Amino acid sequence: MADINPFVILIASIFTSNMILSNFLGMCSFIAVSKEIKTSLGLGQAVTFVLTGTTIINYLVYHYVLIPFNLEYLRFIVFIITIAAFVQLVEMIVERYLPTLYYSLGIFLPLITVNCAILGVSLFMVIRSYSFIQAVAFGVGSGLGWLLAILAMSGIRQKIKNSPVPKGLQGPGITLIITGLMALAFIGFSGIVKIQ
Amino acid sequence: MIKLKEVNNIFTMAIFKDNPIFRQILGICSALAVTNLMLNSLVMGIGLVFVTSFSSLTVSIIRSYIPKHIRMMVQTLIISGYVIIVDIILKAYYPTMSEALGPYVGLIITNCIIMGRCESFAQNNSPLPSFLDGIATGVGYTIVLLTIAFFRELLGFGTLFGFQVVGSWWPNWIFMIMPPGAFFMLAILIWVSNSLVPKPDEDKLSPAAAKVGGVN
Repeated sequence: MADINPFVILIASIFTSNMILSNFLGMCSFIAVSKEIKTSLGLGQAVTFVLTGTTIINYLVYHYVLIPFNLEYLRFIVFIITIAAFVQLVEMIVERYLPTLYYSLGIFLPLITVNCAILGVSLFMVIRSYSFIQAVAFGVGSGLGWLLAILAMSGIRQKIKNSPVPKGLQGPGITLIITGLMALAFIGFSGIVKIQ
Repeated sequence: MIKLKEVNNIFTMAIFKDNPIFRQILGICSALAVTNLMLNSLVMGIGLVFVTSFSSLTVSIIRSYIPKHIRMMVQTLIISGYVIIVDIILKAYYPTMSEALGPYVGLIITNCIIMGRCESFAQNNSPLPSFLDGIATGVGYTIVLLTIAFFRELLGFGTLFGFQVVGSWWPNWIFMIMPPGAFFMLAILIWVSNSLVPKPDEDKLSPAAAKVGGVN
């Protein structure tokens, strides 16, 4: 994995190995929050921001603290603490200095702490042994990919709001079917870049 | 002492009536990724039963000592501890499986179901029922995983647990092994379960789902 161009990783993590559509990460909030375009956009931005930040911090912590002390097995606990602390910190800073942003993003920040995608990206980064630049590209790309997917989904869900969906499929059922179709469409991107 | 009827009640609630995946659409992040093979799903399910039951037990034992406002953090740390145990055991005794499951073992931490049970059941109940509730929830989850994996592996590879069950005339549906197959399979399962067991009461369910959904 050492010689992949970071730009390729960026594109790949947005399209070909999208966090939701090919790795199933972050599904819970994806299904729960994708009802309106505006909230989806807010959550997507918050996820992208937090993903970028936590990937950088977790990379540094893993390579400069855990490996030198042979504590790799503690990475789950350390990563989740980093994520929780980062989210808390961002929330406080945004609330103090950017109140307008806080009102649009703030409510989503607590939701993000246990979003599977955040922890997932950090774990993938370790498993695939990315370099620092690659890890940053991967974090940003995964966040943008997540944003793209939830935005598209909320758009579709607003369109089909009044459509006659079979009773048993209403709500999560139809959302999953749409996600499946989206995943199918995204497979079409897989010719662009070949990694994973 | 806990009565047999109560135990029975906990199990039917968790496995059928209140199944976390069907009823609340929780914890599907880690559910779907491992369901292309039945063996992977089974191992994942066993890991989940272990983590859910023991973290419920632990949370329930120390529930009166945890300050209310940091309980989420404490629960997360307890869960992470058990997940690390699962990860280390898998790495030591079953390295091929550990590699196949990849990051999804670690992602048990962010599985909303475990946190949900700690928050809604273990926080208000004594240790033994909490432990049983954890096992029951985990088993309910495993059954769903195995059902999805059954169809995906059968249609996608023509095998079950790695054994060839259909003849060579079977054209493998590669589609079922790919991610979209998992989404469609789960949607169909939810459809079937909603049609067979009509939703008890929309309003009664939503607060619990919203509460746990808020965590995740």
